[in-house]
Amino acid sequence: MLDNLLLFVQFPPLAVDVVVNGLLIGAIFALAAYGMALVWGVLNIVNVVQGELVVLGGYVTFLLVQWGMPPLIGVPVSALVMFGVGWVLYRAIVFRVVDKDIFISILATFGLAILIQQLANLSFGADVRSVDAGLGSLHFLDGMVTVAWVKLIAFALALVAGASLWFFLRHARLGQAIRATAQNPRAARILGIDTGRVYAATYALNAALCGAAGSLAVMAWTIHPYMGLPYTVRSFMVVVVAGVGNVGAVVAAGLGLGALENVAGFVLGTEFQIAFVFALMVTILVWRHLRAARRREHLK
Amino acid sequence: MRKGLFSGIFLGLALLAGPAAADDPGIIRLGAAVSLTGKYSSNGAFTRKGYDLAVEKINAAGGVTVAGKPYLLQIIYYDDESTPARGAQLVERLIQQDKVQFVLGPYSSGLTEAIAPVTEKYGVPMVEANGAAISLFRKNYRYLFAVLSTTDEYLRGAIDIAARLSGDPSKLRVAMAFENDPFSQDVRDGVLADMKRHGMKVVVDDKLPPELNDMSATLSKVKALRPDLLLISGHDKGASLAIRQMADQRVNVPMLALTHCDSARIAENFGPAAEYALCAAQWASTLTYEDDLFGSASDYARLYEETYGEVAPYQAAESSAAVQVYADAFARAKSLDPEDVRQALTETAMMTFYGRIEFDETGKNVAKPMVLFQVQDGKYVVVYPEEFAEAKIRWPTPPWGER
Repeated sequence: MLDNLLLFVQFPPLAVDVVVNGLLIGAIFALAAYGMALVWGVLNIVNVVQGELVVLGGYVTFLLVQWGMPPLIGVPVSALVMFGVGWVLYRAIVFRVVDKDIFISILATFGLAILIQQLANLSFGADVRSVDAGLGSLHFLDGMVTVAWVKLIAFALALVAGASLWFFLRHARLGQAIRATAQNPRAARILGIDTGRVYAATYALNAALCGAAGSLAVMAWTIHPYMGLPYTVRSFMVVVVAGVGNVGAVVAAGLGLGALENVAGFVLGTEFQIAFVFALMVTILVWRHLRAARRREHLK
Repeated sequence: MRKGLFSGIFLGLALLAGPAAADDPGIIRLGAAVSLTGKYSSNGAFTRKGYDLAVEKINAAGGVTVAGKPYLLQIIYYDDESTPARGAQLVERLIQQDKVQFVLGPYSSGLTEAIAPVTEKYGVPMVEANGAAISLFRKNYRYLFAVLSTTDEYLRGAIDIAARLSGDPSKLRVAMAFENDPFSQDVRDGVLADMKRHGMKVVVDDKLPPELNDMSATLSKVKALRPDLLLISGHDKGASLAIRQMADQRVNVPMLALTHCDSARIAENFGPAAEYALCAAQWASTLTYEDDLFGSASDYARLYEETYGEVAPYQAAESSAAVQVYADAFARAKSLDPEDVRQALTETAMMTFYGRIEFDETGKNVAKPMVLFQVQDGKYVVVYPEEFAEAKIRWPTPPWGER
């Protein structure tokens, strides 16, 4: 461990490589986390099926490439297809658990996650799939820092998606309706907002974001039916740290999580990667709790 | 239940028929819980196809003669859903309800580990072909027999090659990234022992998480430390990720050895990025082994491809060999008593298309070496052991800029 730390400090280009790659990984986490934050905030659901939606997005892109389409087309097409899938899932199942006890939503979406895993296994097999984006990598500092183009695109896309989402929620009619519903569904209904449609649209939007993330994940890494969990866990962590209503914080938390995870993997060894990030999350929550308690004390 | 009832009636009738039907073949029923759904479903399917192919072939050749009476083989399957607990439960059911006295192994070490205590409890032999964990053979099981090489053998060939090519093995620096699961950690134990013997230096020793989805932290380390040999084990996802990310991050190592790259289909999926990779395998269709039932290894591969329309993976080949081992043991035991068959199994010494099979006192096959493929021009070519090699190893791997 000390060796790794020394290596990290002595070799600045290496440190840059680890941090940059971590930030790029974080961008894909952030993309999946936007949707979770949105669904959590508006529907009051912890969407445990998040990772499986990402995996499905990956499979859509994989299929498109099998049919001879260029891989990058997969990003918008996966988003579109998954928008439809999200809508159907909402209408079929998710609407039953909206605004219920959070435990019920966790159970329901967990069941859905298992169902999707098995269906994906049935239709695509348990094999590991990957798509070559065919874009290559960028090299800096004598090859010590490498950045895969597809991850760079993921990064840019995550920022653009974040900005558009923010803009959409502020200014578009549906976005405003989503925010109103999130604040007070009853009042929103009284004011004539069709909250059922808003919920469905929110869930579908989440699935679309997951679809884009999955499309990038299959190009940057690999997918198989049972790899949704890491994405669910990371999205959950990002949202817990960032809070449900803040797009900017989700970007920051997503990127930060990716970078820290990679640095922890490098210095502590990959087996402690997730443990480190979990410990960090707990520390942040405890610190926040203490700060809030102090504030309450102050108000007394 | 109904199946059991019918077979019971059938057997009863067969017994009643007595000497008059002495020439009618009897049935030897084998039981297997195999992963037909769940995360091992692809490899579970290969296992089943391997078993079925051998049973068909043996039955077509007249079955097995036990003490002068011919018997046909029949397998009762259950789907273990890739869950160890379910596997153990189903094998209990096979033995208790279906009255099966001989069990064929499941896919994966984890499931074999769950099932072995059950077969042991009832004194039922299990010949298995897909559980390679060395830990299985440290528990003094009496009824467990494995036709495949154990996990600690997987990447030892790579150490051997590296040591020989380098001239001075003690100067070699090795990076390792092994998944934190029993299989890969066993592989690690095997290579560590050999590396110690050669005096090689370990510069990276990472344990990859089972929910692995990125390897860039490990690969950055490899890039900085420039080892002479990189060893990776993490099932299909580990092999696929390694190839994908080494190409993306342009990680240069003179020699890369992996497990599971043929089942991850790295040559087919990653094209030029997979070139030069060495891959551990239990069996290859180009090996020069032969037996009377299937013929040569390539004959087996041809038959498999004609039957199932896909290239024969080693998981299927070893599964077929497991059935052959049973057939051989039944014939030699001259009895269908599990204890006699177990005794015959311990004395197994046979050549198959899959390789030599001889069990040591712990039940593992000690007569067959692992092989190493290298991806050369998009094909998997055997390069080790040298007596079975199809081609010379290409070494060192040129840096990414020159490939």
